[in-house]
Amino acid sequence: MSDLILPRRELIARAGGLVAAAGTMPLLSGCDAINDAPAVRKILSMGEEMNRASQRALTDRGALAREYSRADLSPVFRSNGTKLPPGAAYAAHAASGFVDWRLKVTGLVARPLSLSKADIRAMPQRTQITRHDCVEGWSAIGQWTGPGLGRILAAAGVRDGARYIVFRCADRIGGDLYYESCDMVDALHPQTIMAWALNGALLPIANGAPLRLRIERQLGYKHAKYVQGIEAVASLDGIGAGKGGYWEDRIDYEWYAGI
Amino acid sequence: MAEAEPPVAPSPPAPPARVYRHRLPVRIWHWVNAVTLLVLLMSGLMIFNAHPRLYWGEYGANPDYAWLAIGSGPDMGFLRIGETRIDTTGVLGRWTDAKGVEQTWAFPGWATIPTTYSLADGRRWHLLFAWILSIALTLYMLWTLFGGHLKKDLHVHRAEWSPRHIWQDIKDHVRLRFPRGEAAARYGILQKLSYIGVIFVALPLMIATGLTMSPGMNAAWPWLLDLFGGRQSARSIHFITAWALVLFFLVHVAMVLLAGPVNELRSMITGWFRLPPERDDAV
Repeated sequence: MSDLILPRRELIARAGGLVAAAGTMPLLSGCDAINDAPAVRKILSMGEEMNRASQRALTDRGALAREYSRADLSPVFRSNGTKLPPGAAYAAHAASGFVDWRLKVTGLVARPLSLSKADIRAMPQRTQITRHDCVEGWSAIGQWTGPGLGRILAAAGVRDGARYIVFRCADRIGGDLYYESCDMVDALHPQTIMAWALNGALLPIANGAPLRLRIERQLGYKHAKYVQGIEAVASLDGIGAGKGGYWEDRIDYEWYAGI
Repeated sequence: MAEAEPPVAPSPPAPPARVYRHRLPVRIWHWVNAVTLLVLLMSGLMIFNAHPRLYWGEYGANPDYAWLAIGSGPDMGFLRIGETRIDTTGVLGRWTDAKGVEQTWAFPGWATIPTTYSLADGRRWHLLFAWILSIALTLYMLWTLFGGHLKKDLHVHRAEWSPRHIWQDIKDHVRLRFPRGEAAARYGILQKLSYIGVIFVALPLMIATGLTMSPGMNAAWPWLLDLFGGRQSARSIHFITAWALVLFFLVHVAMVLLAGPVNELRSMITGWFRLPPERDDAV
């Protein structure tokens, strides 16, 4: 989640015109023509699949992210992306202390759920002090509290065909709702929680109040904020542009953000 | 009348001896690496542009103290290291792009992949070429260790370790007095140490510190964090080592240019190197 991201430039070259483009344009735009060629983009995306497949195959799928002590907390836990979701609806929720906020659990589940703040806090809670790594390069350590996503999914009874969990958010960036998704390995990981507290206090609005995802083995933009819907799906096709997340759809961030 | 003896023609200088200096794996790895490291450097500078600040320890973000930062003030760009601020207007922090538009990203467009800001694309290039670097380096290390490269070319002999010998090689380099004849077919002590340093220290360090920035790898191999003193320390070491490699590159290319670029380049393409003839004053 970043406000540094610029809208993606239009593709300026096709693979076929690449050689001509590189020959006639100045060197720099030639380099960018290579960057934008569809064939090159296909090759570049192989790196993501190699990273995902090798991390899944060669490392322990249940390995825990390092947990820190209170002495390690960042003095200030900075926020990024949306700092205040626009619109009257969110403002009303915030004004009422999110009493009417619901987390809806839908899709390939046996029992669709609509969980209130009280429901979520009545579940077994997990508190963890972890490091948040932004794709931009910075890190901050914070303490998060919330129920495990696995418990919520178990309560809803995820059906066999579900392969991904999609997180629907209340914040719009450029008019479109933010969303993210992950596979079942990370969804059912013990440190994947729906957090409602940061550093022992209610989650601030800038950090995703009233509920945000913590998915500790991936980069910051995967940690969806202002979550109001969890959906179990068999495929990411047909959701957004089909790449599994807001930034993935728009600027080609990796869907697998474990590196 | 006896015939005059034919004048004795001075014998023509013997053609320079050719030696097979670089075996195929050396040549392949050299050029794969040249391209790979260039892409990694330029895409790495793009990634750095997303957050042009470096920290020590586990965490580090805008509210925390950065030991290095590139930024911009009104009408100027700067590089700050510790408390020292250097005006870098035009190059770092504030520069003018190819279209004449002033930009305040840290590294300028001519140094990054792609040329205009895209963290996503910089990462795509960087994380794919990191695989090429890692696989090629692993194979090359195995060949170096077990294929005879270390024994034949890089092994530092006992006599070469003497401070006097090392000092002599330093003096020779500074005076641009490069080995000639048979000696030119072998690596000098400084060459051996710098190549060993790149293959067995700098490049593995780049890969290890790169992996330490991965939250997935941190969970799988938490010892990486202990080894480098935290994720942000690893990011700082990654950055410093990248510039150490740039320094190596600059010296490397300077030496090639000074020692005879055509001969040096040819030997890294075909393997064959022409030994420069001994000096007249050679003893």
